[in-house]
Amino acid sequence: MEMDTNKTVGKPVSRLEGKLKVTGIAKYAAEYEVDNLLYGYVVNSMITKGKILSIDVSKAMALPGVIEVLTHENRTRLAWFDLQYTDMDAPPGTVFKPLYDENILYNGQPIALVVAESFEMARFAATQVIFKYKEEPFQTSLEHHLDQSRVAKKGFATALKPPPPPPTGDFEKAYQQAEVKVDATYTHGTEHHNPIELFATTTVYQGNGKLTIYDKTQGTINNQLYVANIFGLKYKNVRVLAPFVGGGFGSGLRPQYQLFLCVMAALHLKRNVRVVLDRKQMFSFTHRPPTVQNLRFATDTDGKLTAMNHSSKSETSSFEDYFEPIASWSHRLYPAPHTLFEQELVPLDVYTPMDMRAPGGSTALHAIECTMDELSYKLNIDPLELRLINYTEMDPSAGKPYTSKALKACYLEAADQFGWEKRTPKPRSMERGNKLIGYGMATGIWDAFQFPSRVEAMITADGKMILNNAVTDIGTGTFTVMTQIAADELGLPLEEVDFRYGDSKKPFSMFQGGSAMTSSTGVAIVIAAKELRKKLAKKAREMPHSPFKKVEDAELTFSNGNIILNNDPNISVSFKDIIAFNKGKVIKTTNMGKPHLLKLKKYSLATHSASFVEVEVDKDLGTVTVTRAVTAVAAGKIINPKTAKSQVYGSMVWGISKALHEETIMDENLGKYINANLGEYHLPVHADIRQLEVIFAEENDELINELGVKGVGEIGLVGMPAAISNAIYHATGKRINKLPIHFDELI
Amino acid sequence: MNNFEYKQATNIHDALDLVNQKPDAVFIAGGTNLIDLWKYDLTHPSQLIDINHIPENDEISIQKDGKIRLGAAVKNADTAYHPLIEQKYPLLSRAILAGASAQIRNMASNGGNLLQRTRCYYFYDPDVPCNKRNPGSGCPAKAGYNRIHAILGTSDACIAVFPSDMCIALAALDATVNVSGPNGNRSIPFASFHRLPDNRPDLDNTLEQGEIITSIDLPQDDFSENYSYLKLRDRHSYAFALVSVATAFKLNGNTIELARIALGGVAHKPWRNIEAEEFLKNKEANAENFSAAADMILKGAKGFGHNDFKISLAKKAIIRNGLMALNPSSQLPGAQPSA
Repeated sequence: MEMDTNKTVGKPVSRLEGKLKVTGIAKYAAEYEVDNLLYGYVVNSMITKGKILSIDVSKAMALPGVIEVLTHENRTRLAWFDLQYTDMDAPPGTVFKPLYDENILYNGQPIALVVAESFEMARFAATQVIFKYKEEPFQTSLEHHLDQSRVAKKGFATALKPPPPPPTGDFEKAYQQAEVKVDATYTHGTEHHNPIELFATTTVYQGNGKLTIYDKTQGTINNQLYVANIFGLKYKNVRVLAPFVGGGFGSGLRPQYQLFLCVMAALHLKRNVRVVLDRKQMFSFTHRPPTVQNLRFATDTDGKLTAMNHSSKSETSSFEDYFEPIASWSHRLYPAPHTLFEQELVPLDVYTPMDMRAPGGSTALHAIECTMDELSYKLNIDPLELRLINYTEMDPSAGKPYTSKALKACYLEAADQFGWEKRTPKPRSMERGNKLIGYGMATGIWDAFQFPSRVEAMITADGKMILNNAVTDIGTGTFTVMTQIAADELGLPLEEVDFRYGDSKKPFSMFQGGSAMTSSTGVAIVIAAKELRKKLAKKAREMPHSPFKKVEDAELTFSNGNIILNNDPNISVSFKDIIAFNKGKVIKTTNMGKPHLLKLKKYSLATHSASFVEVEVDKDLGTVTVTRAVTAVAAGKIINPKTAKSQVYGSMVWGISKALHEETIMDENLGKYINANLGEYHLPVHADIRQLEVIFAEENDELINELGVKGVGEIGLVGMPAAISNAIYHATGKRINKLPIHFDELI
Repeated sequence: MNNFEYKQATNIHDALDLVNQKPDAVFIAGGTNLIDLWKYDLTHPSQLIDINHIPENDEISIQKDGKIRLGAAVKNADTAYHPLIEQKYPLLSRAILAGASAQIRNMASNGGNLLQRTRCYYFYDPDVPCNKRNPGSGCPAKAGYNRIHAILGTSDACIAVFPSDMCIALAALDATVNVSGPNGNRSIPFASFHRLPDNRPDLDNTLEQGEIITSIDLPQDDFSENYSYLKLRDRHSYAFALVSVATAFKLNGNTIELARIALGGVAHKPWRNIEAEEFLKNKEANAENFSAAADMILKGAKGFGHNDFKISLAKKAIIRNGLMALNPSSQLPGAQPSA
């Protein structure tokens, strides 16, 4: 029997579902063909704050094919308690309840669902529902209401998103006495997630309180519990499916209002219903909050940081306290004896913000790494050198070592690849024709989370492996990566492994966020596979004339669908024969993977990165192009360099977007976002993206988990905005601390 | 989207008859702007008249007098890549290719390009006031977020911008718009086709009810030697101009014999200033003279806060594009500033 050496972990396997996606065979939530389907279209509030005085649905109901208009006046009876609406990612506060009562809490709030026999008729009828409002004064501007800031309430979410640590030393005194210091304020606007797949739900009404729901989500079980709790259904009767998800970026971590409205309509009408939001409505719920950050950093004359103050104020809604850690990041990177970290929220009349790719971290590191750049100029020390002067293997904020930290390798490998040594430090000192050239660099750091995950794994009569887990694949490569891990664990080729996912009926997975799925479900697969190998070996020993009767597990290898004796590869038993002996019944196991909290208590966990960027800025006209960028990432073991690289490329593009393009504009007189479409909400297009390079610095982490993985979904974004801002300073001599940077500010 | 009736016109008379019978009917060619407006219920016609099947509107031809005629139904992409246009009117080709995306240019018609509505945020939001959409309701852009709005030719009622790139080149080239209507055919000089908002911002142009654009004539002066189109925007493609400039010269050595400068992204119509073009006649083609001409063009320019930068940006753009026109090969794809 041949020993299998075709391990796939560490190899650039192409996405297994890639062909289904590019040929349009893969179905998304709004694409399932369902009989007798009705279409719902949401009506959104045109005022920002106040009350609905009256609703006239007569014109809408008179249109052909219009079945129902659901509002707070005629909606189904709902759960009573806020807790029943509280999803797994709900921040502290009072969760938003669609169609609950006449109160308008923000502009664009869903206030009715028109249900009709066609989408277009529902959309048109939505324009014919007449609302009379009583408007009240509102507050939507963060910058105008900074004086109303307060600390965030604490709740479930606080565990993963702790408030900043208490002060150390005496910051004010140390800062006053310091010789070298920088005081800078950074302003970030609102961003909306805008995955290309619109939020959509198709609810199949099966009678007897049973529903099958195709939903756009990053968490099938989260939405299953939400629906069951609100509508009083049994958990087992609500099945949420999301096998393909066209991007999420955090917006799918919480159930969005189209799910609620679609299910309500299906139950109310006892019919199959679909609700799809349009692009404008994608701006009517969650978003990355705007922030204002003030940083004061000081160093000694050698460049060693002595004092750090990071103070952040960000937006939340009037009803929930969304908190993402911002002020605490600098001390996870740099040691300083005197620190003061403060973070507060300003409640405004907007919807609750929410995690968006590298929440908090990408906001904070822009400010921190631009402040470091400014210090490097005051010190006359190369920006990279300044990072190395302040380098530590420890996490200074916790006083613990990292399980692994290959950040230094990231700095050095990326700098070398980029050609950092060719940089002349003086601003405006490098040019090419009509263009000023700037080089900038910045550090990235992000969490390395692991959540509990439960995997069912089995070997079937044909010797193949099936795995079940509720996790989604939001385009990250989860399906491919999990298949690789499972295949290697059982010594099977990829095509013999069937990883089934995106289904709330399957064993537990957290929602897909925090760059944590490879560590969470991946580790659960390793544990389940270990158990499965044990069970297979045990069953093999029970077979008549088994060659393994007196053989320990350690003497066996699993390869190509066989169990093989290490000492004599000619002696083997196939999975098929084992299952045949088991009377054709599958051999299966269900196991939980979870972080080793006790062991890991002594350590800090993080991924790191370094980004180096070249920009061209037109001398007369200010137009900016990011001509080159290199990002090196240290994130433990890389299961699949191809899908991992794609994650980092995508993050780098997002970094360019955050620095130069992306912003949702709030008209403060109207209290609403006004550029709610992809024509005017600018994401980078191909012409904006030039040369991008990704390096994975080697990081062997034997402490963090069974796989040695950390996750790569977000880290590639974190350093980019500051690297670009710093490159623009180097090119032009202008520090623009408000993102996105508009080119006209560089003239 | 409301229910509607669909009709197909196979010749101009059909089209005119159909629209005459039903005044709230609208023509559809590419539909790249109309369908968006319709989805948002900013328009809700009861009848759609498809004018994509009128053969005489669907060709690019040389007229007896040597002028080039662009059929109104010819797609923007087919126009930009047509050998006659690439060779004789490269300014037009470049301006078209600086606009929208490849997909949109493949659908959008030449006639429709002239009729596209402003991209003012407030115009597209049916829930807020807008004098262009709902005359007399007010203009939130003036005191709102007006980064993309006009600095020239504004009125109290409206500060919206006409968003086309193609039309900026057509204005510089002194094109003529041929239309048919209930009272027969007429030709409108390009400068008189679009209008300033004054107190009727609901009217974008001077077409009469029931008229249809049949073609656009390009004059014999083709400016194929010295031309440039520069477009400045918040990303390098698929964004509307904050400022764009179409510049064309006839030179004798380095002396300007004829100058054309049209600005986009700054007004309710393509912006030309004949006085500035006259000033450049018989002058050296250099930055100093372009700067003086820019001051004349931008005389009276007025910002509304967020768009104040456009005044100085437009000046710099006029100067740079003048220099680029002296060396058209320096132009980059996407009408970006020269390297």
